[in-house]
Amino acid sequence: MNDLVSSVPPAFLKDGANPYPELYRRDYAAQSPAYAPIYKTSVLRSPRNALLSIDHSVSETTGPMFGQNELGMLDNDLILNYAKDGEAIGPRIIVHGYILDENGRGLPNTLVEFWQANAGGRYRHKNDTYLAPIDPNFGGCGRTLTDENGYYYFRTIRPGAYPWRNYVNSWRPAHIHFSLFGNAFAQRLITQMYFEGDPLIKVCPIIKTIPDEEAIQRLIAPLDLNASVPDDTMAYRFDMVLRGRRSTLFENRLEGN
Amino acid sequence: MSVKYLKETASQTAGPYVHIGLAPHQAGFDIFQNNFDNNLVSATTRGAQIIIEGRVFDGSGSLVRDALIEAWQANADGRYNHPGDRQKTGSVDPNFRGWGRACTDFESGIYRFYTVKPGCVAGREGKVQAPHINLWIVARGINMGLNTRIYFADEEKANESDPILRGIELKKRRDTLIAKPSQKDGKTIYTFDIVLQGENETVFFDV
Repeated sequence: MNDLVSSVPPAFLKDGANPYPELYRRDYAAQSPAYAPIYKTSVLRSPRNALLSIDHSVSETTGPMFGQNELGMLDNDLILNYAKDGEAIGPRIIVHGYILDENGRGLPNTLVEFWQANAGGRYRHKNDTYLAPIDPNFGGCGRTLTDENGYYYFRTIRPGAYPWRNYVNSWRPAHIHFSLFGNAFAQRLITQMYFEGDPLIKVCPIIKTIPDEEAIQRLIAPLDLNASVPDDTMAYRFDMVLRGRRSTLFENRLEGN
Repeated sequence: MSVKYLKETASQTAGPYVHIGLAPHQAGFDIFQNNFDNNLVSATTRGAQIIIEGRVFDGSGSLVRDALIEAWQANADGRYNHPGDRQKTGSVDPNFRGWGRACTDFESGIYRFYTVKPGCVAGREGKVQAPHINLWIVARGINMGLNTRIYFADEEKANESDPILRGIELKKRRDTLIAKPSQKDGKTIYTFDIVLQGENETVFFDV
């Protein structure tokens, strides 16, 4: 801690100066509005008042940190982490990539959590009643920490599409949910990854709430044959970006606690 | 030519099955050895132990029973367990990360956090922020996580000079961020309901 303080330019330490480098302001033009009637559930769950913009204090520029010792050996292997009497059924895939900030720097030691339906499009969840069967050997969730370069990877099966009640005959494209922390609570983000070539992407109301076509394209993971394991597992590449900081003074100091 | 930055990834809803990934016990199964939950404290955590309890309502006044809420807070000294906290007073409590996650119950719609009451935290320009807990709320139908704060009704004086509360023009809206204390079985419970939309809509922040 003392090291950190001594490395900070005096301007940051003066009384009245910012306590800690702030995050860049969020670009809402590339984010879904809260109220997006094509996604019907958003209608009653979207605030009507404008968000109150606040300057960042230490409450926003810090966030929880996690250590490798909190995770299990198989937490990033969805083919094995719920295996009972066999392996999960479905196309075996690796998903990998970098968690970057808007400055293009990898975010090290940050928790990445993911969850998904099984190959038939069914979730292991007490509220999911879709008729596709539960896979007894597939839980459908995992987590990992990024390495010192912000790189992450995990192994899973490719999830299936499934129907949902929005319009009659609405189907979600195959997707994996991601939860990201970064190193500040103001970076907290949940998103979804889609698969290159899925025809359901362009008709999905949840995707269409995003007003920016390029932002949509960035949620679609391309097939990555170079990272595939021959005769074993295909790979998809998915990079994600969290808000940047005004300063990178803090880099490499975010060890897990 | 403007400077090129990468763009923040688009947020997408956490969906109805968020529990699978972030709270598998609530989804109905057990998979991880170590689960993240709504208990932020251990027996050795410094400070006054409290319970935060509340419900989440939608624009029709109905309970939102599938929300996930995360809390991030300073310890009893007002210090965050993070090297970016450069406050000169108090100290980090090694037994307190200051973070937890809770889900609204599928039946009752109630969420709870077991934590300690945070201390005052430095604000910008020498100002002091009243004790508060930062919240982030996701659910089906919420396209991007909503940020708000819990303040404490019994911190009247600190609340009066809090720079964030003072920035909320209408008192009625300010009051949506104030949790009220009560006693039950010798424990202090602060009630904090979150209203996503409509009358008494909670103040949410663009952080």
